[in-house]
Amino acid sequence: MASGRDTTVKGLQAKLGNLAESEYFTPPATKPAGPENDAEYAVKGLDSLADPAFHNAPLDITDWPHDRLRGFLHRMLTIRAVEERLGELVESGDVVCPVHLAIGQEAIPVAVSHHLTPADRVFGAHRSHGHYLALGGDIYQLFAEVLGRADGCSRGMGGSMHLFAPEVGFMGSVPIVAATVPVAVGAALAAKMDKGDAVAVSYFGDGAAEEGVVHESLNLASQMNLPVLFVCENNLYASHMDISQRQPSDSTARFAQANGIPHAVIDGNDVAGTARVAGEMITAARNGGGPSYLEAVTYRWRGHVGPDENTDVGIRRSTAEIAAWKRRDPVARLVAAMTSRGDMSGNEPGAMADAIRDHVDDCAARALEAPYPENSALMDLVYAGSPTPASGGR
Amino acid sequence: MPISILMPALSPTMTEGNLAKWHKKEGDTINSGDVLAEIETDKATMEVEAVDEGVLGKIVVKEGAEGVPVNAVIGLILADGEDAASLKDAAAAPAAVPSEAPAPASAVPTVPTIPAAPRSAAPAADPDYTGATVTMTLREALRDAIAEEMRADPRVFLMGEEVAQYQGAYKVSQGLLEEFGEKRIIDTPITEHGFTGLGVGAAMAGLRPIIEFMTFNFAMQAMDQLINSAAKTHYMSGGQMSTPIVFRGANGAASRVAAQHSQDFASWFASVPGLKVVAPYSGADAKGLLKSAIRDPNPIIFLENELLYGRSFEIPQDPDFTVPIGRARIARPGNDVTICAYSMMVGHALDAAETLAAEGIDAEVIDLRTLRPLDTETIVTSVKKTNRLVSVEEGWPYAGIGAELAAQMMEQAFDWLDAPVKRVCAVDVPMPYAANLEELALPKPADVVAAAKSVLYRN
Repeated sequence: MASGRDTTVKGLQAKLGNLAESEYFTPPATKPAGPENDAEYAVKGLDSLADPAFHNAPLDITDWPHDRLRGFLHRMLTIRAVEERLGELVESGDVVCPVHLAIGQEAIPVAVSHHLTPADRVFGAHRSHGHYLALGGDIYQLFAEVLGRADGCSRGMGGSMHLFAPEVGFMGSVPIVAATVPVAVGAALAAKMDKGDAVAVSYFGDGAAEEGVVHESLNLASQMNLPVLFVCENNLYASHMDISQRQPSDSTARFAQANGIPHAVIDGNDVAGTARVAGEMITAARNGGGPSYLEAVTYRWRGHVGPDENTDVGIRRSTAEIAAWKRRDPVARLVAAMTSRGDMSGNEPGAMADAIRDHVDDCAARALEAPYPENSALMDLVYAGSPTPASGGR
Repeated sequence: MPISILMPALSPTMTEGNLAKWHKKEGDTINSGDVLAEIETDKATMEVEAVDEGVLGKIVVKEGAEGVPVNAVIGLILADGEDAASLKDAAAAPAAVPSEAPAPASAVPTVPTIPAAPRSAAPAADPDYTGATVTMTLREALRDAIAEEMRADPRVFLMGEEVAQYQGAYKVSQGLLEEFGEKRIIDTPITEHGFTGLGVGAAMAGLRPIIEFMTFNFAMQAMDQLINSAAKTHYMSGGQMSTPIVFRGANGAASRVAAQHSQDFASWFASVPGLKVVAPYSGADAKGLLKSAIRDPNPIIFLENELLYGRSFEIPQDPDFTVPIGRARIARPGNDVTICAYSMMVGHALDAAETLAAEGIDAEVIDLRTLRPLDTETIVTSVKKTNRLVSVEEGWPYAGIGAELAAQMMEQAFDWLDAPVKRVCAVDVPMPYAANLEELALPKPADVVAAAKSVLYRN
């Protein structure tokens, strides 16, 4: 399947156009990763994007209308409120399954989802509450799912790590690291065969980039010129290991480069900037431009699993590091920019957050009262063509 | 003190039976394993074997007695040095509780051991196909099945290593690129994990992929996608998502390729709920089952056999001809012993049946065709007739298809078995390379003959 694309570095830069000139696509400073000072082995790194002392100013929201930004803020606050409530439910013992929280990473899925429709096909991983909610997944059904209730988005058959909401384009999240990456590429193949303009999105983390199947997927997507956006949410940790303990560079975009895929390395805690780059990449995919790779650098405020902060792991994760990263808070930076421009008055963000929290608490309370699946559901759903249990009131 | 011979139970629910015949008389020397007597119920007959050694001192229950309660003393064995005088006390003593009492009915586990299966009614038996047939090879029959389904459904496509321009490593996809073009006959790089995942994603997004593994040996690289993605998505999404996809390719032993290229994975896949596993032998079944697999809304593991690709069969030509998944086929009717096999081993079973026939043994050969969902009804019906079962497979014995068949017969046909189920399998080793060792490792028709005779207690 000849793509006929110019996959030289020059060609990629030409295709990305203004991206290549933007601050989001500034090639990071190189650092030697092979034999010291040997330019041949130099590998690009994240540079200042991995340093919380930088990139913590109010966002540049020029060109973004007020309503859009309010929408971004609302979604981000919703994700944060849901995940904080889930953390409380773990602490209270109501939730006893592994729950992987993405507090601090809310901007990325909100920015990407801005450009998606329910006809697009989005795949997540183990840390995917935000991916689901950013697409408009139902809050009550998420709580019901994590609690294993029949009203859950997966009918109580999946839990936190197996979320499905095809009605909003969320085709599934699984906790086998990198397992959805080739599946997303397959959904992109289906989109291409359907001859529509639908795209697929594959969210994965920097840890997944170490799995072989990611490289197989990048190769296939590039070779077949498929409409898929790879979103690597690089939060610098895989489970409890720092990226410097795992890879010769802290930037995974080099794998896209190796496969001839246009890529950008950006501040993932900047919802406006992320949305701009993601929009260009998704538009390119819709127009036959093939795959792109967006490496969005971020940081999770909580540990790998559960509500605590995991300050005792890795080689640099500490209370001080977490505090520093909270100054790059994607929510606070958007609020600061909007307040500064006059989009919001002083107490508006707080009122919005309070209203969201009230709604989230109500959803959680209802989910706690929701029924478990019928015992008959045990054997019902192993094969397609079997009866699907009626879901209760949502 | 003399040892009591107790009326045995043939099943957990048996309470009494008839003592049909004594094979020993008082005063006979008894060795462990000797057949002492025959017991019968309205369902089955069983021989009572001696556990202990000594001399049959006394027959307590005479031959021909009916309604003998389970655990009643039917005879007494004198150990070394005991004389007949000790029999008086023993006969009056209550029967000792046997150390291996049959499990009471209430001990039957409540966790279902019956495999998960589609809820739809069992598919009808094979249509009595009377339409036109053409003699062709099995590989051509597979190609025709794919072509017919691709003509009928634009969602169907074929993807794999060298399936397009090279027309398949085993030439199964001959002519398909020419007819359907590169959009639907897709060559992939050597990237099993990757293209298996692509297939799953395309199926979840509404297409009907056929994924060819050059051989199933390479499917090991894709096991995560096969098991964790394809098989489980429907269940863990609460029925919202399905993966209608066929994974097909050569499985089983090949010749002189050693341990990594010569093995049968049928039992691995068959143990996974959510997968359906098909392993045809005949060309007609291969065509009809592949067409059914492509139309099925579930992930199907379709196991072909390299050594069968070039064999010719009569192949139905009606595009509506299909073979239902989940139904076995009586490949040869018979009355004396049931032989179950799948794929290549059906040929061995049929060869063995011919040899047995020459010796006056009338074997019934069942081609399982589908390993999940397994057609236990056909097998049980046959075993009720023959009372003996031999399972033949190219896989390893441990936790194999034969092990599952034996367990199923214990659960569903115990009262009808006149002999323990016998397995004929590959030897429990990685496949050796040297020709002589390879031959030793694989089941042969002579092994099936020997197994059939052993369950018939014939030499």
